[in-house]
Amino acid sequence: MTTHAEASHDAHALHPPEAHRSSRVEPAVLGMLLFIASEVMLFGSFFTAYFFVRVNGDAEWPLEPFELPKFVAGVNTAILVTSSFTIHWALQSIKRGSRAGLQAGLVLTLALGLTFLLTQVREYSRVGFNPADGAFGTIFFGLTGLHGAHVFVGLTLLTFATIRAFRGHFSPAHHAGVEIPGIYWHFVDVMWIVVYSTVYLL
Amino acid sequence: MRNPFKSEADAFRLVILALGYFALIVVAAAINRWLGLAVFVLLTLGAIAWIVRARREPPERTGPIRRSAPGERRILVIANETVGGEKLREEIRRRAEDYEERVRVICPTLLSRMRFIASDEDGARAQAQERLEHSLSRLREVGVNCEGEVGEADPLQAIADALRTFGADEIIISTHPEGRSLWLERGVVRGARERFDVPITHVVVDLEAEHEEVRG
Repeated sequence: MTTHAEASHDAHALHPPEAHRSSRVEPAVLGMLLFIASEVMLFGSFFTAYFFVRVNGDAEWPLEPFELPKFVAGVNTAILVTSSFTIHWALQSIKRGSRAGLQAGLVLTLALGLTFLLTQVREYSRVGFNPADGAFGTIFFGLTGLHGAHVFVGLTLLTFATIRAFRGHFSPAHHAGVEIPGIYWHFVDVMWIVVYSTVYLL
Repeated sequence: MRNPFKSEADAFRLVILALGYFALIVVAAAINRWLGLAVFVLLTLGAIAWIVRARREPPERTGPIRRSAPGERRILVIANETVGGEKLREEIRRRAEDYEERVRVICPTLLSRMRFIASDEDGARAQAQERLEHSLSRLREVGVNCEGEVGEADPLQAIADALRTFGADEIIISTHPEGRSLWLERGVVRGARERFDVPITHVVVDLEAEHEEVRG
């Protein structure tokens, strides 16, 4: 005969008790949502510093003698926006049951993301100023560097998704492993659009 | 309003919107700085107005996932403190007569706003579970085939959740009488009739009167 204490012990031996959950949002998506909310606050603090420096200074932006690589960054923006289309295509493909589309979409996204990151690193070495060059340099490298770090994290997630796609993971019904990095990747893309528009163009 | 990051497709839509939003501002600012500011203000106000309007829109009507076979009756009961009321029990028993019934009782947690925000709901869930089990055992005593669970603190959300897994032919909402019922004050019954494409019966349970009768 099993005692109450033993039954209670058995019930908790293999796994923790099931969490209460509402059907409104999947836990994994909710986790990503909360993560992105914290990221928005992180970027928000950097943008606050940027606008503070810019509004307080009377001079034109960027300050003399600095010059921002608008053209290369514009091409980089096009590359990153294109990668949003390719990850979207990858996800739509697996939803329709096309594994080839998923694999091609993920590889293209990975290649485009890597190109963006390498181009940014190359630009850093040619830009002619560094983070120690006053508030302007600090903010420029702080914001673009923070974004670059996020691209790196996104690329890591996409690498895992790509490996899994080639190993036969994911199906039309189960593709959270692509959907969640996809949400993150689009977030990174939106943040770059904000960074490029405000820091480089406006 | 839809969460902009609820799915990859929503997030992708946000990328396109962000692209359009900033492209318009940058082009306007290139022509004239003040024009850029005006476009920024207009687009931002437009976005805020759209968000406010989207929040006011009533949610889509929700129906059950399936209809019952002839002779079968699936009844969804939503009740909180009144879950053990005699009148509710009698109503369920009466409606289940002549059918092969299946009754699911949902007992939403009684949670204050502060506790909801702090996710401090264990005590409230335990109390709701206790009320539910008591009610289920009383229903089983009179031969009703029933099951139950503790639901979301928001009764409309609790109904929506239950309808996704339970093909109810009708919903019974049990409340205290007018003046003592928080659900009636918040328009839960009216809201349920607007939101759910299932017949809804409202049962008023006067627990005080029932207790008086028992004492008498």
